[in-house]
Amino acid sequence: MAEARSSVNNGVNVAALIAAREAITKAPAAAQFKWRAACEWKDGTHSHSTVESFYGLGQEQHHKKIFTFDADHPQIFASEDKGATPVEYILVGLASCLTGAIAAVAQYRNIQLRSVIATIEGDMDARGILGVDEDVRNGFGGIKVTYKIDADAKREDIEALVAQSQKRSAVYDIVTNPTNVTVIVD
Amino acid sequence: MSRCLSDRSIDHAVLERGEVAHTWRTERWDSLRLLTPNWQSRLPGFGYIGDDPDGYRTLAEVIEYIASYADAISAPVITHTTVWSVRNADSGYLVRTDQGDWQCRAVVVASGACNIADVPPFASKVPRSIMQLTAQEYRNPDQLPCGSILVVGASSSGTQIAKEVHRSDRPVILSVGEHIRAPRVYRGKDLEWWMDAAGLLDERYDEVDNIARARRVPSLQLAGTPDRSTLDINALTAMGVKVVGRLAGISEHGRAQFSGSLRNMCALSDLKMGRLLDRIDEWAQRSGFDSAVGPPHRLPPTRVEPAPPLAMELASGEIKTIIWATGYRPDYSWLEVPVLDSRGRIQHDGGVVSAPGMYLMGAQFLRRRKSALIDGAGDDARDLSAHLISYLESRLARIRG
Repeated sequence: MAEARSSVNNGVNVAALIAAREAITKAPAAAQFKWRAACEWKDGTHSHSTVESFYGLGQEQHHKKIFTFDADHPQIFASEDKGATPVEYILVGLASCLTGAIAAVAQYRNIQLRSVIATIEGDMDARGILGVDEDVRNGFGGIKVTYKIDADAKREDIEALVAQSQKRSAVYDIVTNPTNVTVIVD
Repeated sequence: MSRCLSDRSIDHAVLERGEVAHTWRTERWDSLRLLTPNWQSRLPGFGYIGDDPDGYRTLAEVIEYIASYADAISAPVITHTTVWSVRNADSGYLVRTDQGDWQCRAVVVASGACNIADVPPFASKVPRSIMQLTAQEYRNPDQLPCGSILVVGASSSGTQIAKEVHRSDRPVILSVGEHIRAPRVYRGKDLEWWMDAAGLLDERYDEVDNIARARRVPSLQLAGTPDRSTLDINALTAMGVKVVGRLAGISEHGRAQFSGSLRNMCALSDLKMGRLLDRIDEWAQRSGFDSAVGPPHRLPPTRVEPAPPLAMELASGEIKTIIWATGYRPDYSWLEVPVLDSRGRIQHDGGVVSAPGMYLMGAQFLRRRKSALIDGAGDDARDLSAHLISYLESRLARIRG
């Protein structure tokens, strides 16, 4: 059993994560992060965003390269469809955050994953964003994530994995709980 | 602890701010019954001898039980004595009270884990037209105005208060965060019986994976009722209680926002309950107990409506009262010995506090899973009094040596 356990490898360095947690417990200031993105309007509803630097562990940090994201709207909204819609980026953010958390929790619980596939769907009533009906909210009415997971574990353990990943996910928290947002003009 | 010290002829005093069982007399709601069955209150040499071992003591019976025990063991209780401060002194500790000072070599902190009702900071944004109560202040529905009630918190207190208030024709909306569901009776036996028999309640603090987490776990969603019914979210929704997500915040304009995490909170709770029942079933099988009880079964999953409300205008006048059942924390404001961590928690190793000669009793999972139960006091007191006495002896040996 011990050998089987030690062979679990989901590509997550749990030892490093645990060490980081201990370090941050001792020095709470290091836990303060700032995540950033820059967004520039191109044309129509098309914008180009970049992600490069962030702050954490007490200092400025950089990604290995600049990541870029084009956002636009599809042609049925009379746009040119040069990128995913911003709301789809939210779905990508939620699914990728939960999926990453599943891998980390699985590694911690000695569960070998073979495949994890999420499909995610957000319901939206477009009367909100189009201003047709004041009573309809702009954002999603609800979001549904469906996981297909192949792993060396019982169904209950996989369900517990998925439940725990929601408990630990930043994006899940962001979309399920209110956040104060301040938008200013420089 | 007093009994253990008396048994070893250790001179001591028990300081009590009011009467014996003060918290039970003054800080609990009228209909509350003990969460553990009668047979399980096994203070050393003072178990249950009545004819209803499976029943649950009423508030009056709990007070009577604890007061009788104090009499039976001739505990040197000094009532109506409020401790102002405990600080280091040359010979040990100086205890200042409203009835004079005490010098002592050792101190046992048994002032309870539930002194202050923990209310989220955004409670200050609740419109003034709404009455606010904590579970500590709630007594009975007659205290409350007519109209809807928002009960925040769905552990043991929140679910019991929600049930009682809803039955008084005051519609309840229950805000549900993390909680632990548990059947009152499982396979014909009280859940506490199973946990006791299977050794779960005796699990030690130095045997569990993550003691800090185990100490933070919310109380089991159990209630002591004459009909021994299970009080879970499903039972409450069947009564007509409306269930919403964790209260995540209140805006400046009095808009309460509920988390969209309700489904996962219920899933986590169902899964935790499933693991507990798995352990019980495994024990029943291993110990040959399987044939003596009903077959294993599982409760239906917690029902959550497809789209629970995410917000509520508190100023609209629909909600007349908010009851905060959001947990408690201990009050150590009188403790002037540097034993608290940055978050105000007392630092201890299984009740042996980091200051020499200081001990803690009655905290969640102090030494065992049962530490916060009446039934846990005996074993903890035996262990900690032994440590305390050896501390006094070693101190004496040093002075003499």
